[in-house]
Amino acid sequence: MKEYVLIFRNELNPEQKPSPEQMQEVLNNWMNWMGSIAAQNRMVDKGNRLSVANAKTVRPGNLVTDGPYTEIKEFINGYIVVRAADIDEAVEMAKGCPVLMTGGNVEVRSAVSPDDNS
Amino acid sequence: MDANLSIVSGLVPHLFRIEYTKLTAVLCRHFGFDQIETAEDIASETFARALESWSLHGIPENPTAWLYKVAKNRTIDQIRRHRLHSGAQNELEHFSQTAEIPGLPELSPGNIVDSQLRMIFAVCNPLVSPEAQVALALQLLCGFSVEEIAGVFLTSRETVKKRLYRAREILRASGTDILRVKLTEIPERSERVYLTLYLLFSEGYFSNTPGNVIRENCCAEAMRLAAILTENKETDTPVANALLALMCYQASRIPARGNYCEELILFEDQDRQLWDRNLIDKGNHYLVKACSSPVYSRYHIEASIAFWHTTAGDNRWQHILDLYNRLLLLEYSPVAALNRTFAFARVNGAAAGITEAEKLGLTGNRFYHSLLGHLYAGIDPAVARSHYARAIDLSLTQVEKKTLQKQMDRL
Repeated sequence: MKEYVLIFRNELNPEQKPSPEQMQEVLNNWMNWMGSIAAQNRMVDKGNRLSVANAKTVRPGNLVTDGPYTEIKEFINGYIVVRAADIDEAVEMAKGCPVLMTGGNVEVRSAVSPDDNS
Repeated sequence: MDANLSIVSGLVPHLFRIEYTKLTAVLCRHFGFDQIETAEDIASETFARALESWSLHGIPENPTAWLYKVAKNRTIDQIRRHRLHSGAQNELEHFSQTAEIPGLPELSPGNIVDSQLRMIFAVCNPLVSPEAQVALALQLLCGFSVEEIAGVFLTSRETVKKRLYRAREILRASGTDILRVKLTEIPERSERVYLTLYLLFSEGYFSNTPGNVIRENCCAEAMRLAAILTENKETDTPVANALLALMCYQASRIPARGNYCEELILFEDQDRQLWDRNLIDKGNHYLVKACSSPVYSRYHIEASIAFWHTTAGDNRWQHILDLYNRLLLLEYSPVAALNRTFAFARVNGAAAGITEAEKLGLTGNRFYHSLLGHLYAGIDPAVARSHYARAIDLSLTQVEKKTLQKQMDRL
């Protein structure tokens, strides 16, 4: 078993103001998806959502700007770390991620261990 | 005389358990935890005298007061003996038979309760292995004999003696005199206390041998100790209340089920009329107390799941599913994974449930197969049958096999 980091990205959409019911549904979807992975005993770290409001970006020359890094339209929403036999298994897990339902994407990266520099 | 003896042999064991542990706690506090054998000796002698005297003369009007008076006298003897040996004979002159003797254990109700609490915190020590921890709790907090402890773990007297000896050495060597420390200064001990009490409860609840009274007593003992926590301001925490709520809910189901394995196989077929309503009400009371603050532990989650199970109505499954998701994210266990999947199937249908179940990878687990048998029942009876057959193969007892066979016959 190896560890894979799943990084969730979404697009900035100031128009998007979900209703409480929509928020609840999104939350349910996330809990179900993460619960499913945890039930398979594949959750290494349930990770964090990463705040948009409480975010800053530091660049060379001590240049600090507000907000997450968004040179492109997307920004990182959060991450989890899972356990899988290989990257294809991790990708299968990622396919169920609710971020995909709102136009986002999941980046799957193998966590590099000391004896594997891939 | 015979009548006295039979009453005494009925009363004394029960009184023994409760009062013995209280007495030991007070004496331990007085003499210091490293002198626990002295405390136990005095307590034992006191109870031996009780048995002797009460069989001859009948039970006194106030048995507890009688016990504490004798214990006090024994303690004075002990101190005298010790001082004689250490050569401080002139101090004997200061001894008298009055109540207020400096250097004697205070036997007031307040001090007894406080000593009991401290004893719980002293015995529950993260340095001791969880396995030995429960044995230690049974001996020092519940007054179980070595034989009785061996009966709980279905192991030999020798094994228990060794386990206890090693654990007590660890306690003795660990240095901190819990008995004199402020309980609020040791919050890290609380985790161990809750775990110990829950493990103790589990020995009784998850027993596969119904009618094993000794093991069932473990549930009552765990609840008694958890109640001590909630009845004292210093230890009346949200988590302690959640733990007690969980125990009450689970204990309420005991009259309705044969044993734990049957419960897992039959899932929802219990006769709810047999659940102890009193205990459910208690559980509700403690759960409300537990949720009085934002503090939230695995016991909160488990108690909430147990609460939802006491309600009827299909909407409970969404709540139960959500709670199992949270529980698994906190900590994985095969039982939680299986129960989560059952709830998932209730919310999303058997077919979706099967997809989830087949990801679990618990193919060596008999409850996994019985779950799949249950889920496939309405969809593909042949596959269901093969899963039940596999479950029967993996079963450990005749009772389980029979229960599973019944499920298979219903297909």
